[in-house]
Amino acid sequence: MPKKITVMSNHSERSDKYIDIYRENIERISFSSSPYINSFREKAIAEFIKLGIPAKNNESYRYTNLDPFFKHEFKNYFMPGKQDFIRAEKFRCDVTDLDAHGIVLLNGFYPTINDKIRQLPGGVWIGSLNEASKIFDSHIEKHYGKYVNGNSDGLVHLNTALASGGVFIYVPAGAVLKKPVQIINLVESDEDIFNQHRNLVIVEKNADITLIICDHTLSPQKFLTNAVTEIYVGENSHFDIIRVQNEHNNAAKITHTFIHQEQNSHASSNNITLHGGLVRNSTHHYLGGEGAECFSYGLYLADKFQHVDNFVNVNHAYPNCTSNQLFKGVLDDMSTGVFNGRIYVNKGAQGTSAYQKNNNILLTDDAKMYTKPQLEIYADDVKCSHGATVGQLDNNALFYLQSRGISKHEARLMLMYGFAHEVIQNIRVEPLRERMDNLVMQRLKGELSRCASCMVKCG
Amino acid sequence: MLTINNLKAAINGKVILKGISLEVKAGEIHALMGPNGSGKSTLAAILAGREFAEVLEGTVTYMGKNLLEMPAEERSREGIFLGFQYPIEIPGVSMVNFMKSAVNEHRKYKGLEPLSASDFLKLMREKKELVEIDSKLANRSVNEGFSGGEKKKNEIFQMAMLEPKLAILDETDSGLDIDALRIVANGVNKLRRPDTSAIVITHYQRLLDYIIPDVVHVLYDGRIVKTAGRELAIELEEKGYDWIKRDAEKNNSDE
Amino acid sequence: MEKEQNRILNDVTSGEYKYGFYSDIETEKIPKGLSEDVIRLISAKKEEPEWLLEFRLKAFRYWQTMKMPLWANLKIPEIDYQDIIYYAAPKPKKITGNIEEIDPDLKKTFDKLGIPLDEQQHLAGIAVDAIMDSVSVKTTFRETLAESGIIFCSFSDAVKEYPDLVRRYMGSVVPYTDNFFAALNSAVFSDGSFCYIPKGVRCPMELSTYFRINAANTGQFERTLLIADEESYVSYLEGCTAPMRDENQLHAAIVEIIAENHAEVKYSTVQNWYPGDKEGKGGIFNFVTKRGLCRGENSKISWTQVETGSAITWKYPSCILQGDNSTGEFYSVAVTNNHQQADTGTKMVHIGKNTKSTIVSKGISAGFSQNSYRGLVKVLKKASGARNFSQCDSLLLGDKCGAHTFPYLEVDNHTAIVEHEATTSKIGEDQIFYCNQRGISTEDAIGLIVNGYAKEVINKLPMEFAVEAQKLLQISLEGSVG
Repeated sequence: MPKKITVMSNHSERSDKYIDIYRENIERISFSSSPYINSFREKAIAEFIKLGIPAKNNESYRYTNLDPFFKHEFKNYFMPGKQDFIRAEKFRCDVTDLDAHGIVLLNGFYPTINDKIRQLPGGVWIGSLNEASKIFDSHIEKHYGKYVNGNSDGLVHLNTALASGGVFIYVPAGAVLKKPVQIINLVESDEDIFNQHRNLVIVEKNADITLIICDHTLSPQKFLTNAVTEIYVGENSHFDIIRVQNEHNNAAKITHTFIHQEQNSHASSNNITLHGGLVRNSTHHYLGGEGAECFSYGLYLADKFQHVDNFVNVNHAYPNCTSNQLFKGVLDDMSTGVFNGRIYVNKGAQGTSAYQKNNNILLTDDAKMYTKPQLEIYADDVKCSHGATVGQLDNNALFYLQSRGISKHEARLMLMYGFAHEVIQNIRVEPLRERMDNLVMQRLKGELSRCASCMVKCG
Repeated sequence: MLTINNLKAAINGKVILKGISLEVKAGEIHALMGPNGSGKSTLAAILAGREFAEVLEGTVTYMGKNLLEMPAEERSREGIFLGFQYPIEIPGVSMVNFMKSAVNEHRKYKGLEPLSASDFLKLMREKKELVEIDSKLANRSVNEGFSGGEKKKNEIFQMAMLEPKLAILDETDSGLDIDALRIVANGVNKLRRPDTSAIVITHYQRLLDYIIPDVVHVLYDGRIVKTAGRELAIELEEKGYDWIKRDAEKNNSDE
Repeated sequence: MEKEQNRILNDVTSGEYKYGFYSDIETEKIPKGLSEDVIRLISAKKEEPEWLLEFRLKAFRYWQTMKMPLWANLKIPEIDYQDIIYYAAPKPKKITGNIEEIDPDLKKTFDKLGIPLDEQQHLAGIAVDAIMDSVSVKTTFRETLAESGIIFCSFSDAVKEYPDLVRRYMGSVVPYTDNFFAALNSAVFSDGSFCYIPKGVRCPMELSTYFRINAANTGQFERTLLIADEESYVSYLEGCTAPMRDENQLHAAIVEIIAENHAEVKYSTVQNWYPGDKEGKGGIFNFVTKRGLCRGENSKISWTQVETGSAITWKYPSCILQGDNSTGEFYSVAVTNNHQQADTGTKMVHIGKNTKSTIVSKGISAGFSQNSYRGLVKVLKKASGARNFSQCDSLLLGDKCGAHTFPYLEVDNHTAIVEHEATTSKIGEDQIFYCNQRGISTEDAIGLIVNGYAKEVINKLPMEFAVEAQKLLQISLEGSVG
């Protein structure tokens, strides 16, 4: 498409603020982190200076404007106070009916009031990344910063430079955790905040774990989150991550998830966006060993002026790997959906099977969908396909339901629910799957999708 | 029960039905036959309330009410059931959910309480046996991945669940092997009550060996060109439709 | 099996480019380089009116502010725009009394290319505008066409004879501000074809333009302007070749099409510019802007392209579907072999109500080549009932090439239905085996399968071209499988 290349004049200006924050607060930022983690910061900020905050001329942010959030003056960028944690601890999320090992985070930070790190059955550890540095320093040195390496998104490097806390999970070889680990990430503050946290998950070989991350906003302030999660999945291991996003319209959530897989491992990622002002999830799957298999799912339900952007990159680096992407969206009112999916098959990655599907339903003329499914293939013995659709509910199906006595309104809901369920059905944890189905139904009905026992109206 | 009077309808400006008149009384089974493109499926779809054809003229009265004014779901709740020629696949919506919604909507319409989950499942079980449908189908998404025969059986199963007063079966026999055909036909016969009626649309007389019609109509070029008893179906099977076409064209040119 | 296939690959890729000869024709060239003076010189040589010179200068000044686009998935060596000759014209041997007489050497060249310029000799039903380097050499059947009111002539003649039409339409679909290469073309374009089909006329023969680069160190910058007035129809063909040379040569053309109410234009291209040698040396840089405007209701523009040539192709024939119920189509086969690179596709912009577009793209990559499909389907807010279907398939022959798909779907209207499907695969060994088992050699089997794969597109070409295109596919690819 012939299109002018223009250089954003405010490019550096937008980024300068964050460079200043780094320079002025570097001591505070590095105070509780280990020297190893701190050793990444200078290089990361230099990289950020080079790349800046992604603007519209950045191909992978072509349809997402970050300005309203990054130009905003936030009041706070760092660790919340002790009192805030006590308040947050009182929160009980409905999904916790799940029998899970729970962690409650506040603005991405691990609470200072509980055990900072604890051991679960099978020798699994969950806790604060800073605390873990003291015990698992060699593990952290082996994995931290490795999987984000070479990424061209300035925000990933900004996170590496500025993040001062997050979660650490260690699953030793052979450990099988029956109950999922659930991280409830609450965002709450009396002031507008920009927070950045950094998580690291290490799953050694022959292990099996499911991780659920629930994001909630509890106060109406303007929030911006820029989170990076690095995940290592060892040989023959099984790892699932499910992200449930339920934030208010004044909140921006930017997540970057890097999943590195060894041979014969299986990993899945499922991003379920129920609510949120601006959501950008980038998920990077690296198939780093023969026979690895990954699934990347996403469901986004947006209305009002919400904006949901899913960026997926599946990198087939070794032969005989399989990948599958399925992203679906229902867009109402003036909302915008974006899907950027890429399958990249390296030279030599023969025997690759890679599939990708993105289906969208627009409910109004003011809703928009931009989809960009991409295939980049440098090996020939491959089976790759992708499909993308933007359309409406199927009129034939609608009539079929009506002809059985179901009202048009109900029929529409059922079809949307069915449409969404194709993503939800891939959740392995049954109670969570049912819970998600319910939340999706409530969301589609226009009822606030906050959890029933939550006292905060996060809609 | 159902009175169609001089019904004319068009799709995208093309007139498909050119004046259909038909009366179905309670307890009767009418067979509607005719070559491809004669308007059989269009008529069925119009009766069920599908908004793709434009009704140009005529009236349809069902149980004393103006049928054409009702939305599709209300017709269903009033007891009209359409067995689709090509049942629709609805990914992600399970059969159980789908039928539970439908049955409870019908009950609500009649002023009844919704069925409890266990009563509903019991009902499902009974009806499944009636039409010899595989239990596993109930756990799958509506028609998704069903074979042609399974889809048709599923239509009859839904009919059993909803207990219609007037069933319109649009080429329910097409694509069925003889065993499936027998099962489908038996299902229809078992569901028959003295006060219920059916319109059976078919190409072939084969189905009519199992479902015995009271009246047979032949539709050609948007008109009912012949109405007689069951023997007409047998005659059609022997002679084909050509003589009907010839007669019809002759009558047309006489006009 | 693999060894056998590699052997065949080697055998066949050594096949020569058969249009690579050079004709020793005396040529008038201007010095290398680009400046306002050069543009004035080109304009003066062509005896152009003042307004056209102004247009060129405006475009040139704009171009100077631009940078070459970098978004395509291509590795383009630095181009020195001062090292190119912007005007080269075959010199007539001697001035005879008859202005229509063509230089016999020129005629020979086109004969050799299979494009006879004698009307009697020519395939019945095809009128040709033959362009060598910067100028139109001859337009056949001009008079015959004029009888039905059709104007078909070189762009230069059109400027002189139909200045109002040219002025009204030139730049209306591709403004000089559109992109880097469009701006460059608008500044320095030398010649091209002009065609106007009047109201209600169905053009009785295929119209075609044949482009030939002959002179060394020259760039070719032609412009085609095609106007189909209400309820008219025309089928237009375009072919191109160039001599084999070690240096790269730049070709930056513009094609503009306007279709009024109920008009239909079918535009077919068989692009066979010199692709460079096996090591990737030389070849044409083909950077072309082609766009059609379906201005009228129920109008239709259909692009069909078979792209086998050029070292680098950067080309996106597009349709702006402005009129209600208008239709845009894009059928493409793009073959890359050796070190060729192609980034090609289309752009369908739905503006009017109930507009429809279809995209069928078949990419075939072999050797060390990189072949990308890039397409945009954009449905604007007012385009209710818009419908698009895209099918983009890639076939890989060998493990050193790449096949890529970059579709962009932007939908702002909820009654629109937009669908995109793409697959990437190699020729199945079972398919080849099946053919082998029936007695067909591996080489023939591949030819068979590739032609079958591209058939949907080839079938859209006018018959004479379809046969040519099929042969071309075979030549470009035969046996190149891994």
